[in-house]
Amino acid sequence: MNRVEGVAKVTGQARYAYEYPVEGVCHAVAVQADIPRGEIIRVDAREALALPGVLAVLSCEGAPELADTSDYELALFQSRTVAYRGQIVAAVVAETLEIARQAQRLIKVTYRPGEFDVRLTGTHPGLYRPDKVNPAYPTDTGQGDVEAAMAAADSSVDVTYTTPALHNNPMEPHATLALWEDGDLTLYDSIQGVSTGRDSVAKVFGLPPEQVRVHAPHVGGGFGAKGSPRPNAILAAMCARAIRRPVKLAVTRQQMFSFTGYRTPTIQRVRLAADAGGLLTAVAHDVVEQTSRVTEFAEQTAIATRIMYGAPNRGTSHRLARLDVPTPSWMRAPGECPGMYALESAMDELAIECGLDPIELRIRNDPATAPESGKPFSSRNLVACLRAGAERFGWDGRDPRPGIRREGRWLVGTGVAASTYPVYRSPCRATARVGPDGRYTVAVAATDIGTGARTTLTLIAAAALGVPVERVTAEIGDSALPPAPVAGGSMGTGSWGSAVVLACRALRRALDEHAGAVPDTGIEAYGDTAEELAGQQDFARHAFGAQFAEVRVDTGTGEVRVSRLLGVFAAGRIINPKTARSQFIGGMTMGLGMALMEESVMDHEFGDYLNHDFAQYHVPTIADIRDIDAVWIEEDDAHLNPMGSKGIGEIGIVGTAAAIGNAVHHATGRRVRDLPIRIDRLVG
Amino acid sequence: MRPFVYRRATDAQGAVATFEAAPHAMYLGGGTNLVDLMRLGVASPDLLVDVTGLPYDQVEETPGGGLRIGAAVRNSDLAADAAVRRSYPVLSQALLAGASGQLRNLATVGGNLLQRTRCPYFQDVSKPCNKRDPGSGCPAREGEHHNLAIFGHSASCVATHPSDMAVAMAALGAVVHVEGPGGPRRIGMPGLHRLPGDTPERDTVLEPGELIVAVELPALPYAARSRYRKVRERASFAFAVVAVAAALDVADGVVRDCRVALGGVAHVPWRAELLETTLRGAPATRESFVVAAEAEFAQARPLRDNAYKVPLARNVIVGVLEELL
Ligand SMILES: Cc1cc2nc3c(=O)[nH]c(=O)nc-3n(C[C@H](O)[C@H](O)[C@H](O)COP(=O)(O)OP(=O)(O)OC[C@H]3O[C@@H](n4cnc5c(N)ncnc54)[C@H](O)[C@@H]3O)c2cc1C
Ligand code: SF4
Repeated sequence: MNRVEGVAKVTGQARYAYEYPVEGVCHAVAVQADIPRGEIIRVDAREALALPGVLAVLSCEGAPELADTSDYELALFQSRTVAYRGQIVAAVVAETLEIARQAQRLIKVTYRPGEFDVRLTGTHPGLYRPDKVNPAYPTDTGQGDVEAAMAAADSSVDVTYTTPALHNNPMEPHATLALWEDGDLTLYDSIQGVSTGRDSVAKVFGLPPEQVRVHAPHVGGGFGAKGSPRPNAILAAMCARAIRRPVKLAVTRQQMFSFTGYRTPTIQRVRLAADAGGLLTAVAHDVVEQTSRVTEFAEQTAIATRIMYGAPNRGTSHRLARLDVPTPSWMRAPGECPGMYALESAMDELAIECGLDPIELRIRNDPATAPESGKPFSSRNLVACLRAGAERFGWDGRDPRPGIRREGRWLVGTGVAASTYPVYRSPCRATARVGPDGRYTVAVAATDIGTGARTTLTLIAAAALGVPVERVTAEIGDSALPPAPVAGGSMGTGSWGSAVVLACRALRRALDEHAGAVPDTGIEAYGDTAEELAGQQDFARHAFGAQFAEVRVDTGTGEVRVSRLLGVFAAGRIINPKTARSQFIGGMTMGLGMALMEESVMDHEFGDYLNHDFAQYHVPTIADIRDIDAVWIEEDDAHLNPMGSKGIGEIGIVGTAAAIGNAVHHATGRRVRDLPIRIDRLVG
Repeated sequence: MRPFVYRRATDAQGAVATFEAAPHAMYLGGGTNLVDLMRLGVASPDLLVDVTGLPYDQVEETPGGGLRIGAAVRNSDLAADAAVRRSYPVLSQALLAGASGQLRNLATVGGNLLQRTRCPYFQDVSKPCNKRDPGSGCPAREGEHHNLAIFGHSASCVATHPSDMAVAMAALGAVVHVEGPGGPRRIGMPGLHRLPGDTPERDTVLEPGELIVAVELPALPYAARSRYRKVRERASFAFAVVAVAAALDVADGVVRDCRVALGGVAHVPWRAELLETTLRGAPATRESFVVAAEAEFAQARPLRDNAYKVPLARNVIVGVLEELL
């Protein structure tokens, strides 16, 4: 089904946070620290305040107090500490954006700079073991004796992969419009979750949640960077309160490289051992990554390794270095994405060591139950994806020898990798209503961040009600609606849809009681999934997939072109094929960017991410995406949710980079273990 | 962004006079580079003299068999011009390899020649940079420079010139026509741009107030077979890592004449003169191309992280020359 808001979007009718017209609105602009660590001595705003049209300057000098300062990134101006370069240290509010920007440069901040450290290394002296990794997984796991298995193996690999810091960069930068009225706060915010967003903002301002309302009917992407309120939401609200007028704030693209989150760089050692038959005897994955000095963010990089392949001896670990950097945050498939890059590249290396086809190696080691927990899988169709993909891609008969297929100046190669992502679900509520006109409305505080959630919820409701989709409207994107979890963790549709189904079923029962007659006031029914979730059976629930890449590498220049990319996924029932395909190929496109070009470069002298715009931080263009396709396997899994669906927002990015890297090796014989696979890493 | 005055000029004299009357005036072409730099605080003119309305929006054949290109001609129009495509395909290809369709529709010839470096430090006013703030230092030397110069850099600056178009023009020996407070003059390319030396703040030999009015391409019949090849970090919409503009004149298996210029390797569009000299009179073979390229790169001085550009540029040159055979 086409997006229900498609016409509104292409005709510009769909409003995004920054676009709401408000009488008397003012504009705020953030001033950022230009040292990575230290204390603010003084903020001199005199010149800025003297500029006609400037209404206020906020900073640690006489800062408006915030009720809760536990989240450093949101506790704006509450201390004189600078914990990373680019931290917000002041803000100007003015009648126009132009005046605010002019004033921004007139604010003089003096600092007492401190020694800083922004360099992540595998041997960083400060590496420590966090108590858990996100969201609540054990930091380390282990069983058997990996060392002994490595020593006794017929084939083994012991390799280290690195991935750089990556910035989410959704198309729509973060933006907020804040209005106060009689002590109540209304935000139009570009955010992935209005209920959780409201709660966080309310906490910072010490307000009961009822006094805060967050609207986000349309959001131009997030990829995790809008998973919780970012400083822009708090800042806009602080400014609006200070001047007693509505305030708009748009984060610039450059600023998105300092205070809206990013994926940590990783250094990952993978050890794999196998016997003569290609059965894994050991799997170990040890990860080093960074967090900030102020907040611990422990990316769960090795968790996919805990469920992917069977082996009697195994181990995973995570170590963090606290650096003077912005706090890393969620980025599409946090954990699985970087982790599976390393694991699936190492599996390719092992296949070569074993003299086995990489698909065959994966099939031989596909476990019957989740390897570490021993739990049964609710469904696991990795092998089916590999087989179906091999067929469609034309894998059979592939000559494994690297560096021998030449077409003109190009060397050609193919690669494969597996994908996986967990099935999460959070409690959610929804209402379903029918009016006397026979129109149905389901309401849930979900957000559509461009994924097609509104459309999918419409389909789910229509199916549950047994009515045509034309008679159903899904109301979302408003925290006044029944509370819902974020559009994140690929759990949006599963969580919201479950509540919608419950509400629709209740409505059908109510309709039955009314014998189909709808009173003038309509009928409303309610659904809450808390109980159902608490009673869920203990299964290992994961989506799986297989990705295939064909690459061409220019022998003279090291340029890599991905001529074909195919993803085959097993993700439960696919509710809306049209938007689902976009999610898959969108994820794969982002994975291609990760493989070949995306890289936030830390400047060690100045301590910030240097290439902070789209002319320097490259994401794929249309010309980089040639033949791309995503298909899926019908999967009937009764242990998921009423729709039988698994999340699909993130799995598409998992495994793509490994498939491409493996294909580059097949094409050239060169194994690049540091992403991205740039020209300078292949030429010469 | 600082407030500024905006004026539209209708003739060259008027533009120069308006420019001269303000302390910090700048000419405005399509604005695709200058407006960005103003937003970033890298440029802060108090007066913009818009020169896109000047009568320099034509591409005309010259009596000598060359072309005269008005400085206000848009990049997309120049790339599509039939005479350019026929007689100087290298120029059309170079233009089309640059930026994006939207940007090329706005960008002018004058502005393209004078666009500023993409060195990341230059564009970030919170950091030192000799080019932006003379005497403040050059963090790129020890910092991030994997995409910067391998030829002709100095202790004070290692930046590259980012234009594709200018590389083709340097290969073709274009002549830049200028009007200015001191009257008109002509500057042969590659001589418009200058090496950084110890005054990297000056990208070109132009004096303040000098206005580019046209670029003349001399007749070069063999340029009808010419090529531009650009290597970049993604398939489109990225600045050159290395680019090569080349034209080759071969008779009886011998190179009679050739033109080769490189982009992405120096503070100027780099005319490979040593290569050209080595190649003239040599057999038109891959071996000669390799020898000539090696001769050019003997003078390269790569930095810590950009030595890869040497084999890369050499391979591209040899490849392009082979394609021209
Ligand atoms: C995202 C992005 C990607 C890009 N990618 C590429 C690329 O791959 N390859 C490439 O070559 N370029 C690229 N560009 C740069 C683009 O080509 C230039 O911005 C454009 O050519 C500048 O032309 P303009 O007319 O807009 O110049 P303006 O921005 O108007 O001016 C540039 C400079 O020239 C001066 N000026 C303008 N006209 C005259 C004149 N007649 N006489 C004297 N001075 C004058 C101005 O004062 C200013 O200093 C890219 C730009 C962007 C924003
Ligand atoms: S290379 Fe040139 S432009 Fe870059 S920082 Fe150094 S002086 Fe500035």
